[in-house]
Amino acid sequence: MAGAALLGRLTWQPAEVADVVTETPRTKTLVFEVPGWPGHRAGQHVDVRLTAEDGYQAERSYSIASAPDGSRLELTVERLDDGEVSPYLTDELRPGDRIELRGPIGGYFVWELSVGGPVLLVAGGSGIVPLMAMIRTRIAAGSGTEMRLLFSSRSWDDVIYRDELERLAGDAGLVVTHTLTRSQPPGWTGYARRVDAEILREVGPRADERPHVYVCGPTPFVEAVAEALVQLGHEPRMIKTERFGATGG
Amino acid sequence: MDSHMLDGNAVAGLLQEVFALEMTTAIGTCGGCGAREPIGAVRVFRGAGVVLRCPHCDHTLATIVRTAGDIRISLAGVRTLEIST
Repeated sequence: MAGAALLGRLTWQPAEVADVVTETPRTKTLVFEVPGWPGHRAGQHVDVRLTAEDGYQAERSYSIASAPDGSRLELTVERLDDGEVSPYLTDELRPGDRIELRGPIGGYFVWELSVGGPVLLVAGGSGIVPLMAMIRTRIAAGSGTEMRLLFSSRSWDDVIYRDELERLAGDAGLVVTHTLTRSQPPGWTGYARRVDAEILREVGPRADERPHVYVCGPTPFVEAVAEALVQLGHEPRMIKTERFGATGG
Repeated sequence: MDSHMLDGNAVAGLLQEVFALEMTTAIGTCGGCGAREPIGAVRVFRGAGVVLRCPHCDHTLATIVRTAGDIRISLAGVRTLEIST
């Protein structure tokens, strides 16, 4: 274990917006500059705190999207229409604005090079974010770890990080498979239904290859995928899950 | 199924606030069925406070309620908590 890095109370620290990138009609990536950021591991998150002029505070957790990169930190946020925090983050924040955050947080839903492979990543919608940090960490290290991503989105336009994933899919040992559950572009030959045991079996790796599996998405998605994986013979302890709630935002 | 259900990852910050340790990798033994699971894998329900439940038997492991001045934690349903140092 990383020893001292795991110890200590969390403290809120200022973060300045360096850039805002539109990913899809509903999601944006916020690039922050966080002085003194101690670094993080792929899969960890931060708590974000907003304070209104009257002192009212709201906190939410967001997964880190970027591989460790000095004092730079990227969060990708999906706008929830009835949310209290995400509309502010996606609609109002501009370069130069400041918010508060604390982290990195978490240690269970984490992949790092020492964990090794093969790795199966299964994402539903914005559940891709911590899994993207794992892919980017692998790429940044020039690692040849076998990694497969199965990514469920509503439509081609809703695929977060689409261009980057298309680019990376050529990398040896990294296989990206999409399923589009609601609408598909003309000529689409890929999967067009919710992730089920058959898709998981075709995407692999097989259970006897003992892949490290990370599943992230809305609760019903995670439950269905985890159940199908167990049905295919994957050991429950090899399957790590992170659920996004319908609450908050 | 409850759409509000999350997992232990969602309260990692709150737990770290309380214990000053990364707690999602700590192993909890359920006081109900005896199952051992990392805290990151337990079920979490949010209401007035936060309730942690065993993913196997639904036994209440812990409750955490934050008020203006303090944080109250009940760990009555956890038999043991193993924290790697």
